[in-house]
Amino acid sequence: MTLLKVENLSVDFPTPDGLVAAVHETSFEINPGETLAIVGESGSGKTVTNLALMGLIPLRTANVTGSAIFETHDGPVDLLAMNRNDLRKYRGKDMAMIFQDPMSSLHPFYTIGDQIIEAHQVHNKVDLKISEARTIELLEMVGIQGAATRLRSFPHQFSGGMRQRVMIAMALVNNPSLLIADEPTTALDVTVQAQIMKLLSDLQKELKMAMILITHDMGVVAGAADRVNVMYAGRIVESANVKDLYANPLMPYTQGLLASVPRMDRPHADRLSAIPGQPPSMIALPSGCSFNPRCSRKSEVGASKCESQMPNLTTRGHEHFARCFIGEGV
Amino acid sequence: MFAYISRRLAVSLLILLTVSFAVYVIFAFLPFDPAALTCGKNCNDPGIIEANRHRLGYDLPFFTQYFLFLKGLFFGRSFGEGAALINCPAPSLGYSFQQHACVTNLIGEALPVTFSLAIGAIVMWLALGIGLGILAARFRGRIVDQLSTIFVLIGTSLPTFLTGLLLMVFVVIRWHLIPFPSGNYTPFLENPFEWAQILFLPWLTLAFAYAALYTRFVRSSVIDTSNEDYIRTARAKGLSESVILGKHTLRAALAPIATMAGLDFAGLLGGAILTESVFNLPGLGRLAISAVVKYDLPIIVATTLLAAFIVVVMNLIVDILYAYIDPRVRVA
Repeated sequence: MTLLKVENLSVDFPTPDGLVAAVHETSFEINPGETLAIVGESGSGKTVTNLALMGLIPLRTANVTGSAIFETHDGPVDLLAMNRNDLRKYRGKDMAMIFQDPMSSLHPFYTIGDQIIEAHQVHNKVDLKISEARTIELLEMVGIQGAATRLRSFPHQFSGGMRQRVMIAMALVNNPSLLIADEPTTALDVTVQAQIMKLLSDLQKELKMAMILITHDMGVVAGAADRVNVMYAGRIVESANVKDLYANPLMPYTQGLLASVPRMDRPHADRLSAIPGQPPSMIALPSGCSFNPRCSRKSEVGASKCESQMPNLTTRGHEHFARCFIGEGV
Repeated sequence: MFAYISRRLAVSLLILLTVSFAVYVIFAFLPFDPAALTCGKNCNDPGIIEANRHRLGYDLPFFTQYFLFLKGLFFGRSFGEGAALINCPAPSLGYSFQQHACVTNLIGEALPVTFSLAIGAIVMWLALGIGLGILAARFRGRIVDQLSTIFVLIGTSLPTFLTGLLLMVFVVIRWHLIPFPSGNYTPFLENPFEWAQILFLPWLTLAFAYAALYTRFVRSSVIDTSNEDYIRTARAKGLSESVILGKHTLRAALAPIATMAGLDFAGLLGGAILTESVFNLPGLGRLAISAVVKYDLPIIVATTLLAAFIVVVMNLIVDILYAYIDPRVRVA
């Protein structure tokens, strides 16, 4: 059974300078308990994809099309076809999201206890005491010492890592079947990053929930993900299970991403390799393959082909897909 | 919290002392002879002037005068002796020879008028400014927002004396929407209806100007707060839009309004000079202005000091209040 099946999701933002196609006809699936990593540079559409699923993109500012069939406590629903008010039933209950910056994601005027209890109360018609007990249970689960008293602390009395733990507790309070983690460790110290990732994967196993992990850190992906979607300029350019992707990256962009990660098991190089150039402007995407101006391998298929045609996402092996003319049809 | 309040209290006292000294310095070294001013027009008799100078203590050295002034605040003060003895009980702010009254009594008569004016106006402008500001932010770019922009533009550009006169001419005289505010200021306890009837136009005049400022401020504050990450978090929890606005957005967006309102209120209590003049209200502003025109120095010192006192006290109240509103301030 599939937990979430996204088909042809597109998100366009009309701007005075033209239409920004932040996400273009993206399709993917996630099974219960699975971790899907979405990687890509800033502006590649990975966050917008997930905000669209959560219904957190203001309707006035964007056109969202496509479908996203999600298995909820009420049975399957289409997240994208539903009106925002109906979506509230599932938001925070069947699917929850944690954000990049725990410093600004908690309300500074309310205690963390109030904020988590509120998240529980909105989906459960139960006594406050029950919500409070549930909150303490969650805070202990995410490793906050003395949860019963820390409940009454304000966000500014916590460190960044602790606040992210609070955010995780808040997201998990209603036992969601899908957790969307949008760069959960980007704003944190390196040592804390590892703790938070370990906490997330432990909790995920314990609670048997699926997770969409948005990140640009290929190291985090290797440790945590089952499947990986690589996004570039609003499109999925490669999708594979994590072992295949690291062993055999097919799209030159993925190869560039992996080559840019420092590795202990490689001979010492003077400099890390980088992908040349900048991500393209989303208003004026290059014709043909969006990646072609930065691609170092387009001579292999002929530059004119890459510059005039957009390659399709095609099957390259067992559940391995790539959007590239190189190796296509082999 | 206790340490915070006592620290703020100590600082406030120090500020008041400094202000009183500064005011007194200006008073003492102005190129006017306060004693000469005490005996009216065409007073050329040096004997009377010198007698008055002695009675009012203006012949004493500067620091002694300042000390007596401060002492008078706490223990009262008498001027002259024998049959001409004038006694101003504590808190004495001096004696106005031109009005033949203790300054404290004059202020005691004027302050309730100004307070009535300020309290009614602030209620009106907070209701109007906050309400309209929220509406404009919620329906950004739509008709309500555009109308509010026009209102803000007019409100901020019209001076209060003009608004007051326009209201008088059109609302009362031409359109008869409210009866002509007849008679003098009536205290609230004497006749609340008359009190409100006389103050209604002055309230409206003041509220109009301030509400425009508050509308603009509330609108941008609500919009800024709506874009905060923690509002997105609230939405991700599945809260309804009304809870998000009422509990999450407004709590943070309106916190700075407390500071603004406190200080604006204090400023008005110091005397709404223009509005009081237009509507002929015997408040502090009018007392101060007439004192300035007539060089009635004891009143000038007293009203200046009172205005400073009100601002300092309101600041203190606002700071303490803010510590309750925003928990981050408490530890600082």
